[in-house]
Amino acid sequence: MPSLKSLRLRINSVKSTRKITQAMKMVAAAKLRRAQTQAEAARPYAERMERMLASLGASVVGAPDAPEMLVGTGADKVHLLVVVTAERGLCGGFNTNVGRFARAQVRALEAEGKTVKIITVGRKGAVYLKRDFASRFVGEISFANKKRIGFEDAAEVSAKITEMLDAGDFDVCTLIYNRFKNVISQTPVGQQLIPTPLPEASADGGAQYEFEPTEEEILARLLPQNLGIQIYRALLDNAAGFYGSQMTAMDNATRNAGEMINKLTLNYNRTRQANITRELIEIISGAEAL
Amino acid sequence: MASFQLELVSPEKLLLSRAVEMAVIPAAEGELGVLAGHAPMIVALRGGVISVREGGQVTDQLFVAGGFAEVAPDRVTILADEATPVATLSKSDAERRLAEAEAAFASAANETPEKREAAMARVLSARAMVEAALAA
Repeated sequence: MPSLKSLRLRINSVKSTRKITQAMKMVAAAKLRRAQTQAEAARPYAERMERMLASLGASVVGAPDAPEMLVGTGADKVHLLVVVTAERGLCGGFNTNVGRFARAQVRALEAEGKTVKIITVGRKGAVYLKRDFASRFVGEISFANKKRIGFEDAAEVSAKITEMLDAGDFDVCTLIYNRFKNVISQTPVGQQLIPTPLPEASADGGAQYEFEPTEEEILARLLPQNLGIQIYRALLDNAAGFYGSQMTAMDNATRNAGEMINKLTLNYNRTRQANITRELIEIISGAEAL
Repeated sequence: MASFQLELVSPEKLLLSRAVEMAVIPAAEGELGVLAGHAPMIVALRGGVISVREGGQVTDQLFVAGGFAEVAPDRVTILADEATPVATLSKSDAERRLAEAEAAFASAANETPEKREAAMARVLSARAMVEAALAA
């Protein structure tokens, strides 16, 4: 049976842990709200970009000199995986889920005899995937010192991808990240970036557009922008998902700490009473012996 | 006067969405004045100022650093890379950006034509920003 003193110490330490997890939950909730607003603010641009791309891409895709970013290199040999994870832990299975998903993808692609290259965005994914696939790494990007993700951060990632495409370093590019469904559920998804999957033209897309300058020139500027916006969206989903996941994890931790405190307090009181009873018995039997 | 729906979005937010009578857009090949009922067009933008007119008066002026515009008879959607109301532009910011762009252009002298062109576009966009800031 543990001594009263050690029980008291344990209760105090669990209490301070609970204070920390509670505070972290609060902070995560506040940041989650901010991340969600940011993700919502980015949506109109992405939607309109999609619409424009739909009306533009359909007319160019069949052309023999269509840009590589739209139709790919024609081969299907080298795959580039861009894995987006959080910068920090203490968020339940958030990073592990993406990591596991990415690992399954790498294994599946390699089983088909394809070459895989990996770029990670976020520190945690890099740490996770390096254990198994360090030789496939071609880049690591981290925004650990950024307080808020901006579009220019996404542009930085897309610039790197564009550079690799121009150098002919890969044929297919896939973005892996946690899609933010709601606060308690985020699912890892793989989204193909290059060749660009064209959104379906809307039903009223019959309007014939004029282009200025030419279609090709607009497309050459629109596609990198679209790449950037897709990555931006993934980064925002990742940020919102991270805070959501952290909030849930910290909520659970707080609850568990509460249970633990109850159990320990019960134990403490029992031990205390046992001690008192024993002392009484000692006094009484001492008095009787006289 | 007939009006149309004007939407101005940047990657980070929706800046403007309302019915206006006329918008002047800095298209890549010259200013483009759009009224309601314009033929459908998709145009690339250069750096410049978008002016919005209602009731014969300029009611809004926004600087865009580049982007695209989709024109349809009843609406105009502008996807701006970056947009700032002209009134809040600062001259020193604009000048610093111009200096940066010029330095980047100078160092791109030996690069591929595409890269040089992109750097040139940045210089022009920054110049337009300085002009807009001075005019404000």
